[in-house]
Amino acid sequence: MARLTAGIATSHVPAIGAAVDLGKTQETYWQPVFKGFEFSKQWIRDNTPDVIFLVYNDHATAFTPDLIPTFAIGCAESFAPADEGWGPRPVPTVLGHPEFAAHIAQSVIQSDFDLTIVNKMDVDHGLTVPLSLLFGQPKEWPCRVIPFAVNVVQYPPPSGNRCYQLGKAIRRAVESFDADLNVQIWGTGGMSHQLQGPRAGLINKDFDQRFLDSLIAAPEALALLPHIDYLREAGSEGIELVMWLIMRGALNATVKSVHRFYHVPASNTAVGHLILENS
Amino acid sequence: MSLDKPYANIPGTVVFDAEQSRKGYHLNTFCMSLMKAANRERFKADERTYLDEWPMSEAQKGAVLARDYNRMIALGGNIYFLAKIFATDGKSFQHAAALMTGMSQEDYARMMLNGGRSPHAKL
Repeated sequence: MARLTAGIATSHVPAIGAAVDLGKTQETYWQPVFKGFEFSKQWIRDNTPDVIFLVYNDHATAFTPDLIPTFAIGCAESFAPADEGWGPRPVPTVLGHPEFAAHIAQSVIQSDFDLTIVNKMDVDHGLTVPLSLLFGQPKEWPCRVIPFAVNVVQYPPPSGNRCYQLGKAIRRAVESFDADLNVQIWGTGGMSHQLQGPRAGLINKDFDQRFLDSLIAAPEALALLPHIDYLREAGSEGIELVMWLIMRGALNATVKSVHRFYHVPASNTAVGHLILENS
Repeated sequence: MSLDKPYANIPGTVVFDAEQSRKGYHLNTFCMSLMKAANRERFKADERTYLDEWPMSEAQKGAVLARDYNRMIALGGNIYFLAKIFATDGKSFQHAAALMTGMSQEDYARMMLNGGRSPHAKL
């Protein structure tokens, strides 16, 4: 049976992708960000999964105002890096796992989470920047990826608790798939940031650190945090953090935190990163 | 009965909810059209004519022409869609963010390096 072995949380700031693509990772501004992922790059070399279930959000790329699914699972053979307006990122095509994705979709829908199934989709920086942070610049990504897009652009996104419970349903789906696969779940986006209006540039280190603490040790309570608290404390775009609860819900009640990193700023955003092992 | 919107009074913030999304549908759809290089060229060649192809309000068109992002947001724009406009102009997210805060890009960048804006700071 497939096994869910670990979870990773990371921000997915587009400027980080540009820094990788343009060879700027050793510049003074970017060096501290990438230093925080040095441990992670070694860890993932030692713990390369067969499949990553990658929770992210699309940023007005694949989903236009014409179609706004709350939860969408990518079931295609492959997903091309999207042209977000300045040409696609020079990163490998993402290979999916259609058979496994279809199994998860069926299982999760039967657990009362009504997923949208996507059989053709390009993926933007929300999905590819986390891969770059962990894997660097390989010719091909070293594993399969099932993209799982969450609407956090049009309010309201799903509640924290809905996300957390969905994570549990994904865990059950993974563990009922009859194949010997090592599976990781990644939750991306955040941490505190606001990209719009006179309040743009908001960062809340205290909120972010408390969020990291609770995500590790008290996720059930954290899942009940209402949307208004994210908006007020973590900024209008900080609400992306609900996606981390999907990742956490798929892990054991008690996890081993093997790496934790936090840095301000990357462009307009606080960068947070965790590696959690199912112990 | 109207919906409860406890986020309506967050300073300096317009939450892109279903009502804003409805108001901004054509504005945001126009923005999406700028994902195609050929459309970017046509827009840059004659912004007004290009905008007139979209059933946007005059106020929305005026806000686009003025690159008044706060106004575009008030009229239903969402920053991830509006990003297509400043990308077309060759500008960064930090440029747009600074503009919306009324700061110079240099001052804004310094604020971010110093830890960003406090959530409780007066605007």
